[in-house]
Amino acid sequence: MDAGTANQGRIAAEFERLREQGKKALVTFITAGDPGVDFTVPVMHSLVAGGANLLELGIPFSDPEAEGPTIQAANERALANGMTLTKVLDMVVEFRASNSTTPVILMGYLNSVLAMANFAHRAKGAGVDGLIMVNLPQEEAAGLRQTLTAEGIDLVSLIAPTTADQRAKEIVTTASGFLYYVSLKGTTGSAAIAVDEVAERTSFLQTLTSVPICVGFGIKDAESAAAVSAHADGVVVGSALVQLMSDSADPMTASKRLETATAEIRHGLDG
Amino acid sequence: MAEPILEANTQRSYAQPTDSGYFGEFGGRFVAETLTHALDGLAELYAELKDDPEFKKELYEDLAHFVGRPTPLYLAERMTASLGGAAIYLKREDLNHTGAHKVCNTIGQALLAKRMGKPRVIAETGAGQHGVATATVAARLGLSCDVYMGEEDVHRQSLNVYRMKLMGANVIPVTSGSKTLKDAMNEAMRDWVTNVDDTHYIIGTVAGPHPYPMLVRDFASIIGQEARAQMLQQVGKLPDVVVACVGGGSNAMGIFHPFINDTDVDLVGVEAGGRGVSTGAHAAPLNDGKVGVLHGNRSYLMSDDDGQVMETHSVSAGLDYPGVGPEHAHLKDIGRATYAAATDDEAMEAFRMLNRQEGILPALETSHALAWVVENARKMSADQTILVNLSGRGDKDILTVADIDGITL
Repeated sequence: MDAGTANQGRIAAEFERLREQGKKALVTFITAGDPGVDFTVPVMHSLVAGGANLLELGIPFSDPEAEGPTIQAANERALANGMTLTKVLDMVVEFRASNSTTPVILMGYLNSVLAMANFAHRAKGAGVDGLIMVNLPQEEAAGLRQTLTAEGIDLVSLIAPTTADQRAKEIVTTASGFLYYVSLKGTTGSAAIAVDEVAERTSFLQTLTSVPICVGFGIKDAESAAAVSAHADGVVVGSALVQLMSDSADPMTASKRLETATAEIRHGLDG
Repeated sequence: MAEPILEANTQRSYAQPTDSGYFGEFGGRFVAETLTHALDGLAELYAELKDDPEFKKELYEDLAHFVGRPTPLYLAERMTASLGGAAIYLKREDLNHTGAHKVCNTIGQALLAKRMGKPRVIAETGAGQHGVATATVAARLGLSCDVYMGEEDVHRQSLNVYRMKLMGANVIPVTSGSKTLKDAMNEAMRDWVTNVDDTHYIIGTVAGPHPYPMLVRDFASIIGQEARAQMLQQVGKLPDVVVACVGGGSNAMGIFHPFINDTDVDLVGVEAGGRGVSTGAHAAPLNDGKVGVLHGNRSYLMSDDDGQVMETHSVSAGLDYPGVGPEHAHLKDIGRATYAAATDDEAMEAFRMLNRQEGILPALETSHALAWVVENARKMSADQTILVNLSGRGDKDILTVADIDGITL
């Protein structure tokens, strides 16, 4: 049993299934409660219908320091809509009422999670499978990882283009769920991705671990997703979808648009 | 006089932070993975250079001939007499080049940037003092400079904005969030994560991720090093109390640090009480905050039950920040320093008193420390002394004060 399947939960099961089918994972990100609280759960189902394999749900935060303008604006809208972490968990519960297999991963900033007593237990109870903490590097992560692991929740580790080889070796020793490779120096939704550079780093990471590697930041469409996925186990698409959400007047429109967009990317990946 | 900088007293028992940047349970490094490499590099370079004779010589020369150090220690005789208690000594940081202590840190960090071969520096600023100090050293060293400043602060500190532009810096108004200092810091972090290869981020206070709280403190500590020696020389004894205002807390750490092992000396930080700590409209996380994580470190923070960072209020833009340097959080928790708060009105009253009685125009930030003096000097005896960090001058605040007085200049 390697670290990637240690929790034997939905995330490991989904990657196992994809591996058997020879497919790449499509991971989608939206901010919970943006642009309206009633958009989130219907859109989560639409993303799955369009071909998303794992769902990342952003926990709205007042100071999202690693996000580009698109996701910053989504955070501000969601907070203006009265979103809290408790309400994010409620949305996961609602989603789970009719989907018990698609992994749900919360993504956000440490202060949100620290403010909730017994977060790990409550998240597990809601049906959360993983957590990505943008501002929690390896050195600071041990305590939270321990409480999450006890509940069977994966703390997904991030690796950046600036991560030195030795440091990457240390990070993979505790990797669980999947490894999130940040494809470029910048904020979410930044400019073009350099596929060659990504390929060089992911092939190095693949020599270190059997934990699946997903690449995010800068992937906007079917073409970039397909190009990157040749060098990874999956891709993460965020800002492009968040932009579509914000342009949608109602949950129905958003659901249709995001399902179509996801299906296009899925098609690109399955090419 | 400038010699003692960066030289820890060897008999010291207080040695913070740890190698991983912790002051007790506070501090650390809570940043995106992309930045950890640059922070490691900065910490390594600083460890190498802090005792390097050539680096220190370069720093001392700039502090002496460019900044004008040492700054005087001045007995405020009329203020002392009118309050009728302890003798009040002012460490005249308002007399630094650019008008505040901030330049001591920016010179140090700009020299580090030069050693790293980084041609560009960025900074966040609230009142504009740190922005001006960064623009100044960037001009002095020929570095390209971008300063992030909340849109609201761009309006209330227009004089400093223009000063920065005159020195060739680009001032970028920040329109996200509350449009103040914390949002400027978010935006600077976003810039840095994107341009980390050729850019050094000059953080202006003892906050941010490790090693910033340590290195900003060390560069600011020349204030306390000089003041401690001057007290011994001019007064013949150490002060009974050292007082400084606390926003992020760099001027306070700078004057406190050399006194930490002098346990007979009380250290008092004064936060921005805004409309009153009980009203919630303030910027006093050590008085009314909880432990949290923002901008790379764990410290006291004004945040709500959901972990959202709250909006702050202070008449002074430089104190209008929801967090505080982690070393202050540690000093509070171990009881080595105490932290009071002064309201907008109390700070304004002290501001006027220093103008009238001493002919010194203090910054509104600094006026919070003076408000504590106004309140407490009279409770002390005439043979006791208070050392106040007069951290900056108030020219930048004249429009704000005139506005409060209902006068259009």
